[in-house]
Amino acid sequence: MVEIPAGSASAIPAAEVADMELYHPKSWWTKYVFSQDAKVIAVQYALTAISIGLVALVLSWLMRLQLAFPGYFAFIDADRYYQFITMHGMIMVIYLLTALFLGGFGNYLIPLMVGARDMVFPYANMLSYWIYLIAVLILVAGFFVPGGPTGAGWTLYPPQAVLSGTPGGRDMGILFMLSSLIVFIIGFTMGGLNYVVTVLQGRARGMTLMRMPLTVWGIFTATVMALLAFPALFVACVMMLFDRLLGTSFFMPAIVEMGEQLQHGGGSPILFQHLFWFFGHPEVYIVALPAFGIVSDLISTHARKNIFGYRMMVWAIVIIGALSFIVWAHHMYVSGMNPNFGFFFATTTLIIAIPTAIKVYNWVLTLWRGDIHLTLPMLFALAFIVTFVNGGLTGLFLGNVVVDVPLSDTMFVVAHFHMVMGVAPILVIFGAIYHWYPKVTGRMLNDTLGHVHFWITFLGTYAIFFPMHYLGLLGVPRRYYELGETAFVPPSAHSLNIFITIMALFVGAAQMVFLFNLVWSLSRGRLAGGNPWRATTLEWQTPQTPPAHGNWGKDLPVVYRWAYDYSVPGAPEDFIPQTEPARDIPTREVVA
Amino acid sequence: MNVMLLFLAVLGAIILWWMAGQRLTSKPWLEASAIQVAATGSRDVPGLAAKVGLYVFLGVVGALFSLFISAYSMRMGAGDWGAMPIPTVLWFNTVVLVAVSAVLQWARIEAEDGRMEILRPMLALGFTLACLFLVGQLQAWRSLIADGYVLADNPANSFFYMLTGFHGLHILGGLVVIGRTTVRAFANDIPSARLRLSVSLCSIYFHFMLAVWLILFALFAGWANDVVDLCRQLFS
Repeated sequence: MVEIPAGSASAIPAAEVADMELYHPKSWWTKYVFSQDAKVIAVQYALTAISIGLVALVLSWLMRLQLAFPGYFAFIDADRYYQFITMHGMIMVIYLLTALFLGGFGNYLIPLMVGARDMVFPYANMLSYWIYLIAVLILVAGFFVPGGPTGAGWTLYPPQAVLSGTPGGRDMGILFMLSSLIVFIIGFTMGGLNYVVTVLQGRARGMTLMRMPLTVWGIFTATVMALLAFPALFVACVMMLFDRLLGTSFFMPAIVEMGEQLQHGGGSPILFQHLFWFFGHPEVYIVALPAFGIVSDLISTHARKNIFGYRMMVWAIVIIGALSFIVWAHHMYVSGMNPNFGFFFATTTLIIAIPTAIKVYNWVLTLWRGDIHLTLPMLFALAFIVTFVNGGLTGLFLGNVVVDVPLSDTMFVVAHFHMVMGVAPILVIFGAIYHWYPKVTGRMLNDTLGHVHFWITFLGTYAIFFPMHYLGLLGVPRRYYELGETAFVPPSAHSLNIFITIMALFVGAAQMVFLFNLVWSLSRGRLAGGNPWRATTLEWQTPQTPPAHGNWGKDLPVVYRWAYDYSVPGAPEDFIPQTEPARDIPTREVVA
Repeated sequence: MNVMLLFLAVLGAIILWWMAGQRLTSKPWLEASAIQVAATGSRDVPGLAAKVGLYVFLGVVGALFSLFISAYSMRMGAGDWGAMPIPTVLWFNTVVLVAVSAVLQWARIEAEDGRMEILRPMLALGFTLACLFLVGQLQAWRSLIADGYVLADNPANSFFYMLTGFHGLHILGGLVVIGRTTVRAFANDIPSARLRLSVSLCSIYFHFMLAVWLILFALFAGWANDVVDLCRQLFS
């Protein structure tokens, strides 16, 4: 029993926080296009990310067609295949997932969930989006330059990335890729500063850090990580541009290309790998942590139960964020490193499994004896847990050096990372869109179409990636344009490949149902009202839906409780909004 | 990567120290209605958001240069490293940058005290000195090129030009901000809160860029070689 100074809330005057000066849009252009309103910027980010994501989806179809029916499609030659792989990976990881979680959900949810009127630096926020758009355009332009985009693989390892054997290496492709990344990082930094400072300085009165919804914790921690990790990619890109354009030898060893000795010498390709993976591994968690946060909120809201172990969840997010900076070299086991080095990184990698497992247990325990509503967001959240556990377990295999070495270059790795950082975060994105679409547009998404979309996506992605593990165990190599005469690969592997391809086409096509739903529900969807899910967090308590410019009307909200007061015994309803003072409603400990 | 890890350790310590004050062990589910002002009370100070924003940004810039220096120390271990001489003008530039920092600090104090007649020339002087630093850096490049130390000849040269270049770009960005602040100082009769904030942000930024420059200078001059060697041995 804890003593609570009940009733003290009424004495507190509202909105003591200095209200921020809002900019006021004067024309249609500054309201909807060059807008400084985080909500508009969020939608712009999301639409751009989804559009470029569709390009990456089509690229994955083309790759699958080649793998299942080698030689049938004349236009997919080996060079094209590598270009498809590279662009698919780069777009999905950076331009879709990172941009959508941080730029899209971050922009929309952070100000609303912490009770701010807008981001702290709205102008920089607007620039962030437009610079991101320029980065995307540079990336797309790479498809149309002579020689096509780079085919170096999304890791862009030198020296091959800048040599003539790789598509785009001696042409413009690699230059467009590197410049696009540099521009993206500059734009992201502007947005990232906003997300961090808004969480630090923009919170409404009463919103302590430990009252923030886990969504905000996830996005906040991921942004801090991204701000520290993206500079590594920036440095790597800049140094590779120097090597490629100005003839320096940061990464380039002495090398003979087409019988001709190049002027490079002494550079270290391993140095690039260190820099790249110093960014690359935190990047996995930059994508995963917002997903963790969002899924916690979806589960708690739709199971009508407070999140189990809120403090543990917060600590786990922070610890995962910190640990992810000292595991990068587990991507380099096969680069010939010192075995002690490998041992160190294998240990840190396996330690990360502990906070991650805590999160999974807490999700499951939140569901335990909850009043589970199988709404679409809940279905996607459940699908996420299953998929994430699956992908995470194969990650434990690969975290061990001895297991990783034989599996590293097989389809097993492809299956692993698509499960854990492809499908799992995408499921959360879908769940989050079904959850927050009513707030963004004021209308519900169509339920029937949603169920079609969910079941095809969930079962379909399993049909795609589950068999891939078996292909990997059989030794089917990844990155190969065609298998050719590979004696150890049985014919059954080939029929499995055809099956996977058909499922990939099918699942990809099912996403059109989702897109149709997004557009159709915009005008035809059921009206949602302000709080259709009867949720506690601040974004559902706005005076208007969709929230107007400035979010909160005249007075800023005041927060009196944490974000998870669901099914409090004795309360008149099964949720108590964060803005509800404690006056008449019994608090949890009164009955406890 | 050890320099970067060192930087992260320092940053991690700062984050831990900050988090220790955030009541992360509180039990929010037991605290309906008890509003804690402690965690959020200090932010009514005007301009604090901008200051926090600048510090976070400096964290990012620090990460950037730590990574460059990490790459520098790792690449240094290869056999083809040939140290390059330090042009005399770099000493002069260092003095100039120290002067910029000092002048801006002075301007900050004058702005707090509201003495516009001293603040204006101080800002203009800071702007001029920062320009002088950039010109000096270009002069250093020219003299090195004249002596035959070109970019692609040796990794030491490549790093020198790249790092001084990036540092110069950051100074250039700061120069734009000082310029705007100076214009505003000449347009106003009294030091508004906004102007005072701009001046203090400029001075913080240039103190940081001075620290970065001193570290880079120590690297180029070879004084930090022992430290770099030590770092490298720790991890191999």
